[in-house]
Amino acid sequence: MAGSGTAHLRPGLERSLVVDDLVVEFRVAAGTVHAVSGLNLDLVPGETLGILGESGCGKSSAGRAVMQLPPPTSGTVRLGDTDLTDLKPRAMRKARARMQLVLQDPVSALNPRRKVKDLVVEGLEIWGWGDRNRDTYVDELLTSVGLDPETVREKRPHELSGGQCQRVCIARSLALDPDVLICDEPVSSLDVSVQAQILNLLEQARERFGLSMVFIAHDVAVVKNISDRVLVMYLGKTCEVLPSAGLESAALHPYTRLLLASVPSEADADRAIDPARGGAETTELPSPLDPPSGCRFRTRCPLASELCAAQEPQLRELRPGQFVACHHPERAVEE
Amino acid sequence: MSTPLLEVVDLRTVFHTTRGDVRAVDGVSFSLMAGETLGLVGESGSGKSVLGRSVMGLITNGATTTVSGQVLLEGTDVHALKPSARRKLWGPAVAMVFQDPMTSLNPVKRVGTHLTETLRRHLRCSRSEATERAVDLLRQVGIPEPARRLAQYPHELSGGMRQRVVIATALACDPRLLIADEPTTALDVTVQKQILDLLGSLVAERNMAMLLVSHDLGAVAGRTDRVQVMYAGRTVESGETRPVFAAPEHPYTEALLASIPQLSHPPHTVLRAIEGNPPDMARPPAGCRFAPRCGRVGEDCTDVLPMLSVVLGPSQREGRREVACHHPVLTDPVLTEELGHGR
Repeated sequence: MAGSGTAHLRPGLERSLVVDDLVVEFRVAAGTVHAVSGLNLDLVPGETLGILGESGCGKSSAGRAVMQLPPPTSGTVRLGDTDLTDLKPRAMRKARARMQLVLQDPVSALNPRRKVKDLVVEGLEIWGWGDRNRDTYVDELLTSVGLDPETVREKRPHELSGGQCQRVCIARSLALDPDVLICDEPVSSLDVSVQAQILNLLEQARERFGLSMVFIAHDVAVVKNISDRVLVMYLGKTCEVLPSAGLESAALHPYTRLLLASVPSEADADRAIDPARGGAETTELPSPLDPPSGCRFRTRCPLASELCAAQEPQLRELRPGQFVACHHPERAVEE
Repeated sequence: MSTPLLEVVDLRTVFHTTRGDVRAVDGVSFSLMAGETLGLVGESGSGKSVLGRSVMGLITNGATTTVSGQVLLEGTDVHALKPSARRKLWGPAVAMVFQDPMTSLNPVKRVGTHLTETLRRHLRCSRSEATERAVDLLRQVGIPEPARRLAQYPHELSGGMRQRVVIATALACDPRLLIADEPTTALDVTVQKQILDLLGSLVAERNMAMLLVSHDLGAVAGRTDRVQVMYAGRTVESGETRPVFAAPEHPYTEALLASIPQLSHPPHTVLRAIEGNPPDMARPPAGCRFAPRCGRVGEDCTDVLPMLSVVLGPSQREGRREVACHHPVLTDPVLTEELGHGR
């Protein structure tokens, strides 16, 4: 199966996570949903990779497939030196402890009947305490995520706000001292003022615990802020991989540029809306049951040509560190 | 100055719950002229949606709710009307677009029924006339193949298309005021832009007034003439959109703007988060509601509730600005002039 290329991988470096040709498909009554079709990514220690895309682009499916929840249809995931895709269940459970997931809705991610002090160390109850002291470790974890142990230790999730629950979820995922943290839209259900607290916290945790992070989100500004590199996904394929510094002007793929142009800003007021066309362009995501041939973005792309329908574009390095899967990126630059 | 289309005077919406009285909207006043767009911004729990619904008259006096103050829509007090008279306003005078287009459409009715139902009831037009107008409305909101869409059910459309149908339904009777309550929150960014563009062009075309309720400051920044920032049921700052966002006077507005990641910032910029959480509205703090989280808090803040006052400082040059704060960011408090009752 033709992927979107592997030019952006860095086999020469020490890598904490390598995902190779990941495919996730779901059988439904109407056929097969192609959620992720040949995703490649790698993560060097201490790095944050942002995965950016709209709903239905497969970014969450990809995050879960990396965790083997459920395992991908095909492709390999290597965590450090371990290949997760051919592990036996027992070994899999052990390996998964080194990789943790932070989910979008923090309230439903926590068992409503357990107290915070039990929730944060649930992983350690399974894997053993080592030489840690239970009470001091709980307090240490809670303090490290900015919660006051005295006030929250005995509480249950419904007594906490969304932001506090997300802190508990982060504490819980840090408890086992993981190598890789996968954050699936961790701030999109939170208010802006709380969102900033959680983003700052993730940034601190990454530095303090030496984590590598995969940060999945749909908000361009949020992803840019937290990531070192950004991978843009559309309908299960990679469009572009680029460094997040200067992303807003450097982006070359027409889809990345569409995302950037859609970010609402004050400048919208200056742009006169043509009443004849005013918002009348109704561009829709094609069905993942039957994705378009060639480049999957071509049905919405202003630069689409016959070549785009016939042949799938591969990732090419157009600028140092910037990889674009597009047949006509030079036209995007001219515009 | 002509008379405003909508005038809200000291509106208070209180829910009586087992936990005590929740003062969701606590003394809010504003006015809106035809053709003008006002943005209501605030975080969840700030009372912005309840305010929108109270203006519409969807939330009104009842066994568990008390609404006081006035909502004057073209001179008529919405809350003083009998329910049957109020229903007559919905459609021709005021219409609403809700956040979730799936739950605001009836899943067992065809798209066409949603539109023709409104038209036939309020405009008393015939079945064929209503169908004709429905096709025209769908075309106006940019739905391709409108005639075929009339026969489809909501689940056959995508989220963006459904929201367009909701907008078409709201516009069916040519309302003078459109209340859009988080119209794009459930949609993707690229679709969000299309819907906001559509609302903007429709407002301009029809000289409608629009109340855009949103938590997304970016969306409000580029799409509104004036903005009103809400915190814990009260207005903390209002004024013309551009100067408010460029030079906020209230510490909450300032902090809120600083806490949003910006595309122009380099990666790994430490965000200025607002510590703490919004107050429990059943037990709001005495004095300024924002005082426990505020960086400019003084002794008077925790005792005396600041009233909305006209700012006479440097920001006065850029249109009328009102702020409810003892220690505004830019202006010396001596230069403010207090307004009457909670305005």
